[in-house]
Amino acid sequence: MAPELIIETRDLSFQFGNQLILDQVSLNVREGSIYGFLGPNGAGKTTTIKVLLNLLQTEDDKVFLFGKDLNKNRIEILSEIGSLIEQPAIYSHLSGKENLLNRAMLLRLNSTRVLEMLELVNLTEHANKKAGKYSLGMKQRLGIALALLHDPKLLILDEPTNGLDPNGILEMRQLLRKLVAEQGKTVFISSHLLSEVEKMVTHIGIINRGKLVFQGTIQELHYVSKEQLEIQTSDLNSSRDLLCRNGYQAEISIDRIIIPYLSENHSAEINSLLVKHDHKVYSLTMSKQNLENLFLSITQL
Amino acid sequence: MQGFLLSIQSEFYKTRKTLTFLSAILLPLILCILITTGFYSHADKIMFLSAKLQWFRFTGAFLGVMGSLILPILIIFQTFSVNNIEHRAEMWKSLFSLPIPKWSIYSAKYFYVIFLNALCLTLFASFIIASGLLLNVLNPELKFSQFDISGILFKLHLKLFLASLGILSIQFLFSLLWADFLKPMGIGFVFTIFGIITANMGWKYAYTIPYTHPVLALQSMMKQVLNNKNEQMEFDLMSREIYVSLAVAALTFIIGYFVIQKRSIK
Repeated sequence: MAPELIIETRDLSFQFGNQLILDQVSLNVREGSIYGFLGPNGAGKTTTIKVLLNLLQTEDDKVFLFGKDLNKNRIEILSEIGSLIEQPAIYSHLSGKENLLNRAMLLRLNSTRVLEMLELVNLTEHANKKAGKYSLGMKQRLGIALALLHDPKLLILDEPTNGLDPNGILEMRQLLRKLVAEQGKTVFISSHLLSEVEKMVTHIGIINRGKLVFQGTIQELHYVSKEQLEIQTSDLNSSRDLLCRNGYQAEISIDRIIIPYLSENHSAEINSLLVKHDHKVYSLTMSKQNLENLFLSITQL
Repeated sequence: MQGFLLSIQSEFYKTRKTLTFLSAILLPLILCILITTGFYSHADKIMFLSAKLQWFRFTGAFLGVMGSLILPILIIFQTFSVNNIEHRAEMWKSLFSLPIPKWSIYSAKYFYVIFLNALCLTLFASFIIASGLLLNVLNPELKFSQFDISGILFKLHLKLFLASLGILSIQFLFSLLWADFLKPMGIGFVFTIFGIITANMGWKYAYTIPYTHPVLALQSMMKQVLNNKNEQMEFDLMSREIYVSLAVAALTFIIGYFVIQKRSIK
């Protein structure tokens, strides 16, 4: 049996005034997945997230979470969601622990849960320090702790790695993987950089100018990627000119020539042509387009 | 209802160490210390008055400053800071994505500001009584202990509290909508000055402006006390400006609720 759909939007459109921000977006996020929601800045990621949290009002029967219409079951649905939108919302005059205690008070949670969360995000040592004096990474971790405090089934994170150093990104990645593997959570995470989430997500949705242009697993994204032939020669410019004169679509990319891959025979013909004209061929390999480049090419359509 | 009570508790928890809460205690305390010191050093000027008139002078010194200017400004400050704590932390999006009804977050904030105002005015009345009695201990020739003003004083402060609810509701809505200090503060300050001028000029329709209500409440109280032939310090708790103040408060609270309910967090 296929896992349950945790998030489902049906042809969701949203506009601010006359400006169309989301154009018939149909998201499908399955239980237990880490769904990377990607797109360049201004593509509609944060708007989508705000819609999913009912911060922006939409019409009925467009947004479903846990199989229920968000507009009709707001409180019930929000009780299963933990979120972090843009910068973490933290009271800077309170300590990290007080921020969590305040949230625990609002959500009628036991204070032992606060200690558990501080432990989980490695903030126990700094629990009594004012949150305003935290580093950006610590603030993000406190934001995650606040989002996880009521043990939600779904975690919605809007660009949580923004401004983090590589170590912070790594820690965040490990934490999210742990939450999915050990606690069975579903994570919906947005980013404008594929490389930041590529290594942790199971599914990807790419949004550009308000339209969902790709949705599927990482493997499915690889299938979309076109195969190409990479050639390294002694003189890239003259090799490229030779290939172009003979009708090949050759381009130089940094230290190699790139040509669309067609077949093994086709590769052999190219090799023969270069060798026949005294070009020294150092390497000739078949590769797939780098995912980041693919992401860029999709979002630049 | 539980969400509302928890939200109120959270408001206190968030503000307990900030000026938002402390101002409700510090303002009456500081003002009492200053005025009491002034009366102590110039006690000879009221020594010859009866106990009732000594209280009248002493209380008047507070009300003159507080009723017209300090109370509205304090309300403007408190309504702003209760909402600003969320604006500053960009917390609205976080608060409204919690499984708590929006009305309980909104009304908890509103009633917390009312609580702060009530606390401040109760402390004013209490500190005035305590200061009067203290003056008597320090200077036994004064007659403060010969007249019990507590009932009148608390009634007067209750009247002031009711008169200030209209301003409080309007300022609360402004501070909810605008994150920057200048808009609610600027508008509030201009209306307060306008209120003082129109009330003191005796404009016929001054009672329609909520910012005049504390001054009008004091004026109507004074008028009743001075016209009392039995020399009793009696006055009505409810008067025209109090009814208008309550009506404005109720209406603005309802408008604010719908604004919050329909508001998108961009």
